[in-house]
Amino acid sequence: MTQGQWIRRVVKPAAIVLSLVPAALLLRDTMSGNLGSNPIETLTHRTGLTAITLLVITLTVTPATRLLRLPALVQVRRVLGLLTFCYATLHFLIYLADQTVFAGQGLSLAAVGEDVAKRPYITVGFATFLLLVPLAVTSTKGWVKRLGGARWLRLHQLVYAAAAGAVFHFLWLVKADTRLPAVYGVLVVALLGYRLAVRRRGSRKRTPSAAAAEGSR
Amino acid sequence: MLIKRPDDIEASEITEERDYWDRRRFIGATAAAGVALAAAAVPSVLVACNRAASGSERRTSEDDELTPYDDVTSYNNFYEFGTGKDDPKKRAHMLRTRPWTVVVEGEVHRPGTFDIDELWSRFPPEERIYCLRCVEAWSMVIPWLGFPLKDLLGAVEPTSHAKFVEFTTLHDPEQMPGQRRDVLPWPYVEGLRLDEAMHPLTLMAVGLYGEELPNQNGAPIRLIVPWKYGFKSVKSIVRIRLTRTQPATTWNFVLPREYGFYANVNPEVDHPRWSQARERRIGHLFKRPTLPFNGYAEQVAGLYDGMDLGRYY
Repeated sequence: MTQGQWIRRVVKPAAIVLSLVPAALLLRDTMSGNLGSNPIETLTHRTGLTAITLLVITLTVTPATRLLRLPALVQVRRVLGLLTFCYATLHFLIYLADQTVFAGQGLSLAAVGEDVAKRPYITVGFATFLLLVPLAVTSTKGWVKRLGGARWLRLHQLVYAAAAGAVFHFLWLVKADTRLPAVYGVLVVALLGYRLAVRRRGSRKRTPSAAAAEGSR
Repeated sequence: MLIKRPDDIEASEITEERDYWDRRRFIGATAAAGVALAAAAVPSVLVACNRAASGSERRTSEDDELTPYDDVTSYNNFYEFGTGKDDPKKRAHMLRTRPWTVVVEGEVHRPGTFDIDELWSRFPPEERIYCLRCVEAWSMVIPWLGFPLKDLLGAVEPTSHAKFVEFTTLHDPEQMPGQRRDVLPWPYVEGLRLDEAMHPLTLMAVGLYGEELPNQNGAPIRLIVPWKYGFKSVKSIVRIRLTRTQPATTWNFVLPREYGFYANVNPEVDHPRWSQARERRIGHLFKRPTLPFNGYAEQVAGLYDGMDLGRYY
């Protein structure tokens, strides 16, 4: 098997299966009533945590292709990004249900709007989710063609803002124990810092446009 | 047996939930622990919670059924054992609750050190069913065993200078592994105004569901102030100090914008990061409106006459 085949036939399916494990566990615990004393809270936390974890893993793919000299590894990036979006969507829908259906006041989207506008961690969380939508929509080969490689790359740099947003969303919602959000913060800073370093080094040697494309990957 | 019942609250308004009657099981289980006598002889004062004042908001009794024992003892905020809700149950076994003494000092004529077993015999616990409203917008209904704080304060005779009461949790990272990290400044300190402390609803709890307090619920003795957010109800108390000035309390000290000294349950005053208008009763999917003073407004609102509750949150 060539490197590309190995990644396509083994690494990629494995990445998908592993990424679906949290969903399977969530489904199992929901069906068996093992979500603890506050099931909605548990569902919200677990989907959120899985989403930010997958986002960080997705951002690790590009540096890994360089560091491991495995360019074909880039093939797992899209599906990881899409799975990140799936968990983020679940996370958002559970929040939405909690604010409307389960709020005991019926569907009140106005109340949701107020919550989003009023509370910084919700505002940032919501904005982060919105940033992920165009990325998920334009993740297909067709959209890459339609937008053109350079423009598509520029659009997908939104993922950096989403990563920062996700970290702040997490950081601002905890009461006192900032350890876990801090870990994600450090990881995101490292992953974005790495890209910045690559871009700086590249811009000294290459043309600016090539460097931009390189750095954004 | 003397059954004390405040006349403004009818016991019939509280659901006699299956779990509640199951308490005999726990009493039986605690017999070996030597508290059986005290527990079995418990006079019961049933204090319904979340009683809405107006007829239209009046709840049915099912709304105030007891929160199951397993939830009460496994979903806890007790950062001394970790910041996860399930940490206290996992790690609270490290806490040694005997021997245990509570020092009562400060602006009092008769300061003293009280042994926990002495407190059990000197202030025989009664049962109080209270709502607990966490600042995180969830709530429980818990049958506590305890005695009014005013009985203990009466025994130490506060001086005329005493204006506040400060409570301190045990500080021992050996027994409380959460204290090995500076998540909060240790030890945990809470406080009340003296008139709040002397209010008949203010309870020193030593048990729940007819048994001694499980460690994760603040054994061997904790405060319960049912009309305030849960963080005021400080756990595993080793010192009670009467003071002239308002004590620096932990959450208020760490995040003054988010946690006030008073921390009265108030649906009108949101936490900066979330609404306090509604709460999720543990075990229920649908949220319910939060009531002013957690449903105890009739009894305690008078303590705050003329106070701007938006400012003194």
